[in-house]
Formats: sequence, C-alpha cells, structure tokens
Amino acid sequence: MNPASAALACPLPKLDFSEIHLGHGSGGILMQRLLEPLFGLFANPALSERHDGAVVSTGGRIAITTDGFVVSPIFFPGGDIGRLAVYGTVNDLAMCGAHPRYLALGLILEEGLPVEELWKVLCSIREAADRCSVAIVTGDTKVVERGKGDRIFLHATGVGDLHPQASVSARRMSPGDQILLNGPVGAHGIAILSVREGFSFESSIESDTAPLHVSVLRLLDRFGTQVHFLRDATRGGLATVLAEAAQQGSKGIEVDQARIPVDEEVGSACEILGLDPLYVANEGRFVAVVAPEIAEEALAELRRSGWPKAAAIGTVGDEHPGKALLRSSIGGKRPLPLLPGEQLPRIC
Amino acid sequence: MKLLSEYRDPELVRAILSRIGERRTRSWRIMEVCGGQTHNLVKYGILSLLPKEIQLIHGPGCPVCVTPLRQIDQAVELAQRGVILCSYGDMLRVPGSRKSLLEAKAGGADVRMLYSPLEAVRIARENPGREVVFFGVGFETTAPANGLAVAHAAREGLPNFSLLSAHVLVPSAMEALLADPECRIDGFLAAGHVCTVMGYEEYEPLAARHRLPIVVTGFEPLDLLQGILQLVGLLEEGRATVENAYGRVVRREGNPQARALLAKMFEQVAREWRGMGRIPGSGLDLRPEWKAFDARRKFALDSGESREGNGCQAGRILKGVLKPPQCPFFGKECTPSTPHGAPMVSSEGACAAYFHFSAGAVDDAPAEPAASHP
Repeated sequence: MNPASAALACPLPKLDFSEIHLGHGSGGILMQRLLEPLFGLFANPALSERHDGAVVSTGGRIAITTDGFVVSPIFFPGGDIGRLAVYGTVNDLAMCGAHPRYLALGLILEEGLPVEELWKVLCSIREAADRCSVAIVTGDTKVVERGKGDRIFLHATGVGDLHPQASVSARRMSPGDQILLNGPVGAHGIAILSVREGFSFESSIESDTAPLHVSVLRLLDRFGTQVHFLRDATRGGLATVLAEAAQQGSKGIEVDQARIPVDEEVGSACEILGLDPLYVANEGRFVAVVAPEIAEEALAELRRSGWPKAAAIGTVGDEHPGKALLRSSIGGKRPLPLLPGEQLPRIC
Repeated sequence: MKLLSEYRDPELVRAILSRIGERRTRSWRIMEVCGGQTHNLVKYGILSLLPKEIQLIHGPGCPVCVTPLRQIDQAVELAQRGVILCSYGDMLRVPGSRKSLLEAKAGGADVRMLYSPLEAVRIARENPGREVVFFGVGFETTAPANGLAVAHAAREGLPNFSLLSAHVLVPSAMEALLADPECRIDGFLAAGHVCTVMGYEEYEPLAARHRLPIVVTGFEPLDLLQGILQLVGLLEEGRATVENAYGRVVRREGNPQARALLAKMFEQVAREWRGMGRIPGSGLDLRPEWKAFDARRKFALDSGESREGNGCQAGRILKGVLKPPQCPFFGKECTPSTPHGAPMVSSEGACAAYFHFSAGAVDDAPAEPAASHP
C-alpha cells in the first residue's frame, strides 16, 4: 500500500492536543483520550475487553518472542519503526517455524512527540499487522520526560502456532546441507545510514523491511523436517548469522561471495563508507539451511514466493567446526567472525 | 564500467598470480604501506593465494593505529570539557590511556561520528553557543578535506570551530622505517590514495637513497596483484626505481589543487607516531595564520610524549619486525574486543586483520582461485 492510500485509510483522529505530554501516561482522563482512537485502530475481540492482558486460544505448541525497537530516525526510506516492530516480531516467530498469531505491543513515548507522528507510526503498525494477519491483543503506553527517550520506542511480544512439521535448530544442520538466502543483503542498514546525522547522502536505497512468514511456512508445508535451520539476518547482517549458526551447530559453514546477492547501489555505498555489506543489518532477509536433496526445489519455491533473487550461497561441512568461512569473489578464503562491536566506517 | 567487479575478475587474478609465481626466483619481503591495502589483502583472501615466498609486511599506514595515546587523551579531555567532539568512525573506539572516545560518550560527553569534516562546520554553525572540535586524523588523504573545513569556517567567521590536527605524512614514516636497523624490507607498495593527492615525485629520492624499489599501488584485488607483480619484477632485476601501477588514478605530480590547499593551510612539524616515536617533519599542523582554528592552541593543550604502559608491541608490528601472532598478548589478553593497542582496533590494523584471518581454518585455501559462479 502506498503512503497516500495508507493516509486515506487512517485519518488523524480529532484530538484537543498536538503533542504528547507526561499526563498522557498518567492513567487518567488524558490517557484515555489518547488511547481511545488506538483501541479503534487495532480493534479485535481480545483487545476490546480492555483488560490488563489478553485471553486467546492457540492451536497447541506455541512459539513466543520478544523484541525492542529503538531505530533512529523513526521514519526512514522504505519503512518506519512501526512496520519494523511488526515485521521484526513476525519474522522472529517465523524463524522458529511458527505461524504468527498475536502481538502484545508496548509504546514508550517521549514527551513532546507530535501526535501526528505517533499516529503515522500506529497506522503503519495496523497496516503491517493486517498484512501479516496478526492481532494486536494487548498493549501498554508509557510517557517519559523529554530527553529520556528518543521520540518513540516500541516493544513487541509475539505468539505463534508452531507448524506441525517444524524442527528448526542449528544442531540439526548436517554436512552437505545447502544454505539458501532470500535476496540481496545490506539495504536496510544503508537506508538508515543514509538519513543519519553525519552520514546523510543521497540515494534511492530503501530498507528491505518485509514479513517472511509466508515464505517460511510454504517451505515447511512442502519440505517439513528437511528444513533444518532458519534465521533472519538482522543486526550484524548475514555474516553474523552464519557465524552464530556455525558456532551453535558446531559445524563448518562455507559460503561463496560471488553467489551472495548485493544490489549495486548498496555495494557502492558500502565501498564508499568502508562497510562490509555482509555485516550490514537487514530486516527482510533470512537464511534457510536445508537438506541437499531438496535444495534445488526449495530454492525454486523461495523464488516463487516473492524472492526472485533468492540464491544458494554455500554449504555446511565437517571441516573447521564452529566457524563460518567466505570464499572471496577471487577465490581466496577468509573467516567470517563475529564483530567485537558495531561496524564503524573506516577513515580512508 | 562497473568499478565494483572489473578489478576483481577471477580469471585475471589467476593470470597475474601465475605470472608472479613465474617471475619470482627467491623470497621477498614486501611492505604494503597503507592499511586499506592490508584490509583488502585480508578481505579478499589474497594472502592465502600468493606464493609463500612472497611475504607481505603490513606497514604503518593505518591512521587510527599510529595516532599517539597522548592525542587520543587530549580528544577525550576536550570531549569531557563539554565541547562537541567530532571524528571519523573507527577513531572513536581506540583506547586512550584511560578511555576511548566511545567510552567518553557513554559517560555523557557529546561525541559525534562523522563522515566529512564539513559536517562539523555545519554543527558549529548550528550551535553557535558551543565549541565544536574536529579530531582530524589521517594521512595526506584526509588532510585536504580537513584543511578545507578550516577554510570554510574562517570564511563564514565561525569562532567556535577548531581542528585538533593529528595528521601524519607517509614518506617520512617510510624514511624512518628504513633508517631503523631492525627493519628488513626489500620493497614498498606505496599507498595509491596518498599518491593520488601527493603524486610520487617525493618517493624517487627515497628509492635511490635506500636502493630499493617502490611501486605505487591501488586497492582492488587486481590493483594489489599488479603492484606486487611489478615490484617482484623490479626486485628480481635489482632495480631501485619508482613505478606507478595505479595509473588510472595517480599522476606523477598528484592533485595540484589538493597540494596547494595543503600548502596553504598546513605546515610540516615533528610528530609522535604510536609505537614509532617522534619522527621529524612527519606531521601537519595548521599554519600560524589559522591559529584561531587550532584546537591545540585554543584549548592550551600540551604536546608532551605519550607513555605506553601495557607492553603493547604496536611499534615493532608497525615496523614489520614482529608479525602480530608473535606478540605475547596477541589473541590472549589482546583481541578486537579488548585491544591493548590500536592495530587491534581498526579493521585496517595489522593485528585485527591477522586476528580475523587466523581465526579460521584458512590454511587449506587452494592455491588457485575458483571460477566465478553465475
């Protein structure tokens, strides 16, 4: 949905205040005035009970995840903090092999936040939740003094029904398994950098923020337990996910740089900034480690489910257990270690 | 032209590698001067593809690594005194004698990571009530932009902007290395970016005086291999001359505008290098006519020497005397998460590069590059 139609479907409610005050978190009348339109926006039977928690039913074994969202700036090319919170939580459930069902949502608002911005974020949450068919069943709102937050922080907890065939764990990776990736990496991190103070540069790079559960569930429907491991490549990027998988599964992982898709503009921006795209954050990318017999079909399935640039990027092996290696585009090898901290741009 | 892929062509890489193998008849110790070259040699796994007899020694060309402790302490001190302290990304994590700039930031100091010094001028313009200091580190490559920032601030009349200059010059460091009796280097790959600005005339007397060849070299895999091939050729022929293997970017006279700007803004001074001590004429400070923008004068910072106390072997590593794994702290007390010294911090630092490089089973790397995948 484009921003114009989202705005049409989600008009700013008439309120007698234009900024968030400490009183909006007080539990009194001011707070009710703020929350009233929110209950309308996210309406569903569980939420409409307006209880302190939600009572819901699930299909049996469930997956639970929780995640905080503090991205700055809150609006960025290709997304915003609201969409990030919904997709991020949905994706963490999907990586467990679960069908996302319910979200609990915490808002921490900084005093002085324009209501218009808050509403834009909330509409974006609604739109993203609708797209993923998840219900926001309970929530919480707090307001902190100016300077004690950064406009808006979100916290989301997600609950999903486990797919009956799901058996996803790094320990299930075995030698010969193929590593699939759903698309080009690095766009989200670079999109955020492009609008940060001190780095802003002109580009058309947009965040790759996207829900992944549909593709994952299709893989599980078709290939079941032959899908051995799933992980979305968020903070720390693809390299960090591979390094962690190798460590947790005590297997060796080898990937080919030439097979890892990186869009040209993202690659160029990384060159200029001195960043390695393999370590740059994504919000709509995941790796699936699958049995070799089904690798080709699984890749085709991924490509059909909305990821035309999906690729098989490497294999799991017996050698160098616990480590991930990259075979460079010119044939040399180097390890992909965990970074000691944030990736910092180089000087020259 | 696709600059991202053309200089990484696996077929050409294979061809140049085999020519290096054919050309070489004995062992050679080659120093790549620039940290950017070290970074790419590791990143592309080129070290694992070269004949074992070609030994690369990683030189002092990592600006973060050679910035002395004293200057980091001064930057930290300024930040804690309430100025807006701006610098480049990887400078922020280098530990001073008590803390790094990132740690100062966590403690409440206003430290900002910038990509361009002109951003610091903008911050000064937008915060007229506060002092803004740009911590300008780097070689001849970053100095022109930092000089330009001072010129802009002067033109706009921004009294609250100043530069803490930690700039250093490459040829004086090469000279100091060659004068060191511990140093055994057969030839240099000169830093392509530095030569883009400065040209390579000044390397000609250096090559003649010390009787060793120097090849101006770029950064892409093919650039690096071409530089090594030409250097091996000169070494095998016993010719102590300067060649340019980065002709698509570097001219003998460099970039006249940037050189003129450097001459206008800066003067050469003696400067301390981390681990290498004070080297005459190896640093750049603002000329006296720009003293109003010189943070060292403005804030009356002293210019004493650093005292390194943790046994860090950075100096011997930067001189190529020790390989990082030969340092007693390497990979034990000293890792990228707990660095003793700067070469373990920057991704261009030799220690960090080795730490990452040797952390995996890379010894079984094939001698020949694999064909590219579709």
